[in-house]
Amino acid sequence: MEDTIVAISTTTGIGAISIIRLSGIDALEIVSKVFTKDLTKVKSHTIHYGFIKDKEEKIDEVLVSIMKAPKTFTREDVVEINCHGGIAVTNKVLEVLLKSGARLAEPGEFTKRAFLNGRIDLLEAEATMDLISSQSDKARKMALNTLTGETSNLIKDLRSELIQIISNIEVNIDYPEYEDIEFLTNDKILPSIKSFKQKLEEILRKSNDTRLIKEGINVAIIGRPNVGKSSLLNSLIEEEKAIVTNIPGTTRDIVEGKIILDGILLNIIDTAGIRNTNDIVEKIGVEKSIQMIEKSDLVLFMLNNNDKLSTEEKELLTKIKEKKHIIIINKIDLEAILDKTLLDNYIEISAKNNTNINKIKDEIKKLFSLGELQSNNMTYLSNARSISLLNEAINNIDESIKEIDNDSPIDIVELNLKEAWNSLGEVIGETYKDELLDELFSRFCLGK
Amino acid sequence: MDYEIIVVGGGHAGCEAAVASSRKGHKTLLITGNINNIATMPCNPSIGGSAKGIIVREIDALGGVMGEVADKALLQMKMLNYAKGPAVKSLRAQADKITYPKEMLKVLRNEKNLTIKEGMVENLIVIDNTVKGIILENGENITSNIVILTTGTYLKSDILIGNTRTRSGPHEEKPSLHLSDNLKKYGFNILRLKTGTPPRIEKSTIDFSKTKKEEGDKQYYTFSHTNKPTYDINNQEPCYLIYTTDETKKIITDNLSKSSMYGGLDDITGVGPRYCPSIEDKIVRFSDKEKHQLFLEPESKYYDDIYIQGFSTSMPRNIQEQMVHSLPGLEHAKILKYAYAIEYDAIYPTQVKPSLETKILKNLFTAGQINGTSGYEEAACQGLIAGINASLKLEGKEPLILKRSEAYIGVLIDDLVTKGTKEPYRMLTSRAEYRLLLRHDNSDLRLREYGHQIGLINGEKYEKFLQKKKAILKLTEELKNIKITVDTEKNRRTITVYEYLKNPNSNLQQIIKDFKLNLNYPQEIVDEVEIQIKYEGYIKKVEREAEKTLKNEEKQIPENIDYDKVPNLASEARQKLKEVRPISIGQALRISGVNPSDISILLVYLKRKYNE
Repeated sequence: MEDTIVAISTTTGIGAISIIRLSGIDALEIVSKVFTKDLTKVKSHTIHYGFIKDKEEKIDEVLVSIMKAPKTFTREDVVEINCHGGIAVTNKVLEVLLKSGARLAEPGEFTKRAFLNGRIDLLEAEATMDLISSQSDKARKMALNTLTGETSNLIKDLRSELIQIISNIEVNIDYPEYEDIEFLTNDKILPSIKSFKQKLEEILRKSNDTRLIKEGINVAIIGRPNVGKSSLLNSLIEEEKAIVTNIPGTTRDIVEGKIILDGILLNIIDTAGIRNTNDIVEKIGVEKSIQMIEKSDLVLFMLNNNDKLSTEEKELLTKIKEKKHIIIINKIDLEAILDKTLLDNYIEISAKNNTNINKIKDEIKKLFSLGELQSNNMTYLSNARSISLLNEAINNIDESIKEIDNDSPIDIVELNLKEAWNSLGEVIGETYKDELLDELFSRFCLGK
Repeated sequence: MDYEIIVVGGGHAGCEAAVASSRKGHKTLLITGNINNIATMPCNPSIGGSAKGIIVREIDALGGVMGEVADKALLQMKMLNYAKGPAVKSLRAQADKITYPKEMLKVLRNEKNLTIKEGMVENLIVIDNTVKGIILENGENITSNIVILTTGTYLKSDILIGNTRTRSGPHEEKPSLHLSDNLKKYGFNILRLKTGTPPRIEKSTIDFSKTKKEEGDKQYYTFSHTNKPTYDINNQEPCYLIYTTDETKKIITDNLSKSSMYGGLDDITGVGPRYCPSIEDKIVRFSDKEKHQLFLEPESKYYDDIYIQGFSTSMPRNIQEQMVHSLPGLEHAKILKYAYAIEYDAIYPTQVKPSLETKILKNLFTAGQINGTSGYEEAACQGLIAGINASLKLEGKEPLILKRSEAYIGVLIDDLVTKGTKEPYRMLTSRAEYRLLLRHDNSDLRLREYGHQIGLINGEKYEKFLQKKKAILKLTEELKNIKITVDTEKNRRTITVYEYLKNPNSNLQQIIKDFKLNLNYPQEIVDEVEIQIKYEGYIKKVEREAEKTLKNEEKQIPENIDYDKVPNLASEARQKLKEVRPISIGQALRISGVNPSDISILLVYLKRKYNE
């Protein structure tokens, strides 16, 4: 119970206000790291207004309740953060707390601490025991299941790559007289560590992709005035009977509307620009479109079936190639004037008549490989945990590279590599130390 | 009672146990099969090595004798891993196989509370699961409050060469035939282990021109924290490096089925160590390797045997001849002693508490190979701890249990009693998760105070230690105040030496010289302070890691807990907990098969029980 635990303690749902709770010795310090104000010296049982930030980026406008030990639920320092930003933002807040040193609470862990610290009585404790035993299995599996098999295998491979470097260093240390084992110097391991780091970053990028999907895909709908952007938006909304809301208080000011499409969250960028159809002098605004493309994860580029391709549209067609995009040809109910030979892949729709809207959805799913995706909260949580562990591993590797540059002894370099190995092990639920010895004995020929 | 403490076995564990208990003022009997074999080195002629050298330092810091004796028996001394980092430096000595036992016997003979007797122990006197003494082969009963078993490889040992199995201890000594069966009757689970030793060669028959000379270090070292070196760095015995040849490989491959371990004998049950395979194991397991490295090591100044490190085997004698003659420089070598493998009984070490008292029989302690370890140093440190804890028990005091963050000895005993072992256990730096704290240089800072509290470190030894500690503090303070001006790539700046030392390439002795600082401290102090400052960040980090687990170590589990009454435990966890019976939550966490959720359940159960 020496570490500080954190969890979202409200049932999370779209658009709901949620509370994140921390408990433990470092609770105040951890929150202070990411809050606009130092909370370590404030009075107990007070509420503070401010922002949660990730480095300089503001994530959410929050109210923070400070409850110092012992008059708290767990008899430890407790901090509760009221988030206003809905699930995506709440998850993001949770993630920065994990990054700052909190550990994701196990099911029932707050209650467990309350009991162990003498805060609640025996009857409640019975319930806690049941809770712990019934849910811990789930929790254990959770850590494994959330990562796709592919990612998990990648991490396994990386770990075995790392353990080879580590065990080679170890064998040099434990059997120093063995000249026939390659003697690893800092110079020799640097290239492998660097390539290792790249692979880790690659995985992190992929994990971030998954996270992106769960936080929502930033979608830019671009096209010339009156091409049907607004109608498309409306039919998407119509079809799903989903909400389009402005979410004040978030700093992701580019995200102005959210649509849930088959369980996938689409953050529509700049809905105002789309809806402002009354502005008849509005031009296509290439500049503005480029800006939107840059901010988005997915571009829906709408063309008019009933008109020729303009120079601006041709320019934008080349721009969107770097992004995931779908070319949508609207107004297929009208005469086909558009020269489609220039387009390699497109979906023809009629927004007005709701024709082929499904095809767009299918294409989005395909683009983001959303086959088995579920917006399962539990899944997200441990994914955030994995990501923070991956970040930790990368930091450890960076440290080891720094020590190599400093010309530090290999033992110090290895210290960081081992930490990275442990962090990766935690991602996939393996930290068993004997692996190292097994590796040592199976790869090297030693002895008297 | 005839004695307060009886130590059974005069090997490295037995000697330490006997000295510790007699120095603590307890009437002690050391009983051994043959007084001439006390503290012999039946295998390699060296003491120390990676991690093992640090164990010897720890033994010395606590008040044991191995370090001082080894210092007197040096043939060669080396600091291993010198450039690989502060934590992994470790001493290895080539020790004279005649001098070492002779010096050890001198130490034993000097102990006024210690009696040495020859005899073969075949049973224990046991009343109500409590040991009351020993029964010898001739039927003689000797009573005592406590018995410490340090029987080494002598429990039902078999010597294996080719297709022959002979019931015998090392050096054709008599083994104990019934003791392990009797232990079994008392409820101990017995483990069969195996180890081996290479052939010895007559020095004058080796052509050393075909070998590579390996000299000792040109700097003085001692295992002892107090004594001055007594050897001459310019007059050390060299070792020699050679490699196996294609012919060696062919001979072994062609004759594999004749090796005891590969078909020569079909009743091998002993499990050998992976880290110390026989040469035939190496050829089989690493068949793609063309050659294997071997060291020719002198055993003594007083006789001519050369030990071939890396060449242990259980091949028949005629094949051994061929194998040896296939080695460069050994074409005409004469084998003085043939290699052999030895099988022996040990107990499952999870039946032993962290104090080294057994869980099965009260007042019975075990140390060394009987607990499943291998190596002189591993044995000696357990012997010391068993001797100390047996004494403390007599005195009605709490046992000395070293933490994993305090000593390799702590790691070793915790591994044994928590995880058990399936093969002879050897210490490796990789086993220690806090090895940055467990250094050669700070062994006294870690353990000397314990030695003093126990009563084994007094007088000059303790005074010197206090002075050293003071000097370290003083120098550290001074370095915080002395400023030097240094030119870096970018600019010239004035900083304290303390700050400057954070630079990994800095060297305190050099700074003192270059800046003509008025700091006259022994090298030992300068080195210690330099390590402490230079690696402060990492050391603190590891200390924090260790501290995190400390609270779990402090959470005691009552000795009489009934795990069957703890609801909801996973069945594997329940079974493991029942087997190991950890003394603390920290230890419970280290048992493989016990998950954090089981620990939660256990914590809640303990809390509830405690409340009631």
